[in-house]
Amino acid sequence: MMTKPYFRTVYDVPREEYLAPGHGLCAGCTAGTIVKLLLKVTGPNTIVVNATGCVEVSTTPFPYTSWKVPWIHVAFENAAAVASGIESAIKVLKAKGIIDPTKRINIIALAGDGGTYDIGFQALSGMLERGHKVMYVLYDNEAYMNTGIQRSGGTPVYAWTTTTPVGKILKGKVQQKKPIAEIVAAHRIPYVATANPGYFADMMNKFKKGLEVEGPSFVHVIQPCTTGWKFDPRYGIVLARLATETGLWINWEQEEGQFRVTVTVPRRKHVKHYFELQGRFSHLTEEEIEAIQKEVDLEVDRINKLVGRTVIGPLVE
Amino acid sequence: MTQEKLLGWKELPRGGSILKPGNSESRYTGDWRTFKPVILQDKCTRCLRCWIVCPEPAIYVIDEPYTTKSGRQFKFSVEVNYDYCKGCGMCVEECEPKAIDWIEEEK
Repeated sequence: MMTKPYFRTVYDVPREEYLAPGHGLCAGCTAGTIVKLLLKVTGPNTIVVNATGCVEVSTTPFPYTSWKVPWIHVAFENAAAVASGIESAIKVLKAKGIIDPTKRINIIALAGDGGTYDIGFQALSGMLERGHKVMYVLYDNEAYMNTGIQRSGGTPVYAWTTTTPVGKILKGKVQQKKPIAEIVAAHRIPYVATANPGYFADMMNKFKKGLEVEGPSFVHVIQPCTTGWKFDPRYGIVLARLATETGLWINWEQEEGQFRVTVTVPRRKHVKHYFELQGRFSHLTEEEIEAIQKEVDLEVDRINKLVGRTVIGPLVE
Repeated sequence: MTQEKLLGWKELPRGGSILKPGNSESRYTGDWRTFKPVILQDKCTRCLRCWIVCPEPAIYVIDEPYTTKSGRQFKFSVEVNYDYCKGCGMCVEECEPKAIDWIEEEK
């Protein structure tokens, strides 16, 4: 089911800002970009439920807040549960006639990878199963960056974190990254997508689609973290785009069971271009990079077979 | 650049609610910066990439017509708010026509 995109060019993006400046996110943190663009899509009639994480801590140093929409902070594990409760409460208030029943109120649950992959997973799974009309946005910086770069279920293999140090025996994280978007898609919810701030129009269209569907939706966004990934702050968006260009991050969406790759990559780059910018992968040897490249090739093959044509092209440079 | 006076615990709203949305605007994060981006209005093509990527947001689109030296007319301009710009340089990296200068701050 192909629908007309809502945001084609940069000039379709509304100028209103619902995230105020003056927040404490690191210079060069792409979470600011993601949240800013998310709020531009949702508009003012929005309730944001924010699990503990970088965005929560840095946007609301008491008594200040950067949010111009109603916002609630909840614990790590229950963002999805609180969002379900708010959605049900609004349904009841609408039925009683206290809120205008035709008024559209968007409910967004916003959580990081720690609050989704590990701690908040059972609440998320419950919300999806009950079918609340909530959009869950996961900004994935691939570790617990807020508390000081500890490994999470979202940390990729070989990545350095403070709890997966690099030494003589251990070379960063041993395990693979959990495919959370596919696990969520297995709940058979109406809309699941993975997005990338480097492709802002694609990301904003996915947010818009997620809000439009009747039922739960889930958008998984990669968020390069300058502190934890150890790169120059100016390369945030460059790295996000490189993740897609190398095939490590595939931008897809699943709408009513239809799987579609939204950002096609005709000529794929070698993963070493992505790794050489980041300090957390600086210990990798040539063989290890080649091993990762082989895994990426297999994953790209799998995606191409799933779609039925070549959406992610061959390795070129 | 002065910050608002903080309230005592007796004056705070119940439950620690923050009653003024977006009041972090009174925290000026511009002093984090060591380098600053300067938009060269004559070179800028108004592609608005910098405005999209700015995570603050410290880059704004304003309705101010501008005619470049070569005679190109634009209906709007792009402006950096230095009270909030943390100087990450993402806009400089993203700028396709290289219309943003990267200048070291002076004391």
